[in-house]
Amino acid sequence: MNIRQFIAEKGYKDNPRRLAEDLIHLVFLVLGLVAVGSVLVITAYLVVSGLPAIVKIGPVEFLFGTRWASTASEPEFGILPFILTSIYGTAGAIIIGVPIGFFAAVYLAKMAPKKVRDSMELCIGVLAGIPSVVYGLVGMTILVPGIRILFGVPDGATLLAAIIVLAVMILPSVINVSLTALQAVPREYEEASLALGATSTETYFRVTVPAAKSGIFTAIVLGIGRAIGEAMAIMMVAGNVANMPSIFRSVRFLTTAVASEMSYSSGLQREALFSIALVLFLFIMLINAVLNVLKTGGKSR
Amino acid sequence: MKKFIAIMLVALAAFSAFAGGSSEQSATVSTDGSTSMEKVILSLAEQYMIDNPGVNVTYNPTGSGTGITAAPEGRCDIGLSSRALKDSEVESGLKQTIVALDGIAIIVNADNSISDLSIQQIADLFTGKIANWSEVGGPDAPVVAIGREAGSGTRDGFESITGTEDACTYSQELTSTGAVITAVSQNPGAIGYASLASNLDQVKAVTVEGVVATEDTVKSGEYKIQRPFVFATTSDAPLSDAAQKFFDYCVSADAASIIAGAGAVPTAE
Repeated sequence: MNIRQFIAEKGYKDNPRRLAEDLIHLVFLVLGLVAVGSVLVITAYLVVSGLPAIVKIGPVEFLFGTRWASTASEPEFGILPFILTSIYGTAGAIIIGVPIGFFAAVYLAKMAPKKVRDSMELCIGVLAGIPSVVYGLVGMTILVPGIRILFGVPDGATLLAAIIVLAVMILPSVINVSLTALQAVPREYEEASLALGATSTETYFRVTVPAAKSGIFTAIVLGIGRAIGEAMAIMMVAGNVANMPSIFRSVRFLTTAVASEMSYSSGLQREALFSIALVLFLFIMLINAVLNVLKTGGKSR
Repeated sequence: MKKFIAIMLVALAAFSAFAGGSSEQSATVSTDGSTSMEKVILSLAEQYMIDNPGVNVTYNPTGSGTGITAAPEGRCDIGLSSRALKDSEVESGLKQTIVALDGIAIIVNADNSISDLSIQQIADLFTGKIANWSEVGGPDAPVVAIGREAGSGTRDGFESITGTEDACTYSQELTSTGAVITAVSQNPGAIGYASLASNLDQVKAVTVEGVVATEDTVKSGEYKIQRPFVFATTSDAPLSDAAQKFFDYCVSADAASIIAGAGAVPTAE
């Protein structure tokens, strides 16, 4: 189709405003495609550069091998320690962080006086904005020596230190999302419960929280997503040795496995790092899928 | 549309004029080998390319073994090795030129009473054979070995000199010299290693078999935890003009400050 025909068909000549309108739509479409394009490029790149090493090493040896020695004379590329560490670390952070975040959100949404709530929300905002390298730095200088002295272990750079740092890091997202969910519960639900003679605490936990259930689950999943993807802060506190995870041992996460060896890696070692990134990417995709199910589930109810 | 085309044409013309100007005396010097020498060779290359526009120095980080075979096979001009060449390699027609020495300091916490260790003791401390400082005459405290990540040149150097390749049981593997020094400074039982060129004020560098680690003791060979950075060239065929000039620059006194800046001890006076 030539341009003249196209212009005539769309009627741009008689109606220049329509041309402007269509052009603007096109610009927005392109801008929207930037995000979509990035995702597609990253996915394609990860798969292309991550799969060969998995095939070379063998999927079973790669995923379930317990020893990672990438530069040894006979290199071994087993990432089970990293996978388990990421799972344990994230689970630990959720176990510590979610109760704190959840109760803080209930307090802020329902019980806190306005002044307290305002200042606490400000603090949480600041906490969310602190760069992860700062969490790492504080963890490295306070938490790591603290754990060493408190628990009498030779070295404080352990899974425990990473869990504590992650637990603090996920607090803002857990609190903010649960808070929004709790505040969205219609006032009538609570009033009905109070009118039936329930105390306010009973009302919050038997009425408001169940009504905000899907929002709170979303908060937890977001927290998992944040914890599993964090690299910088835990690289500074976890010691980065490829041990099988144990609470007082130095450990390496999926993220830190990629980050710590990338700069000097070459050959199969480098390819294997991309494969680790691919595994991590699949984990994140899984979490996002769960999140989407939760969100649509929440709406249909 | 016409305007756009005009702009493109002007840009194209400008670009080709620029490219034409710089390609007049273009030459490539390729280096291949030791990853530990990355910082030294890249610093040298950077300075050399600034001083000699038109010359392109490339570096391929493949490892000392590959670098040594790459030069005689003609895959590169200069092979890079972070170990001395073996007699068999010299006999096969390779020439070795030591451009720099790499000294590695052994550091412990400033409160540790230990001040001297033998290489055997250092190896045992890192492999976990010695698990308590009291075994080497220090305080009753567990040994915490802190090292660098796999692939790091300092780690590779330390482990090859002490003969602890793939045998170290680290309790932390950190990604920078600075992080190792900080971690050692915070843990009373810690032992680590760091390039001699780094700032070791926060920690205590122990003497190795009675020798203090300094630039002079590394140069004289008294300090044992060191290794040479070697240029391996083939003696069968002369280097290309550009490669010879770069080679001469690297072993000249002019390059000494660059080598020192990259954390190694220059051999040129």
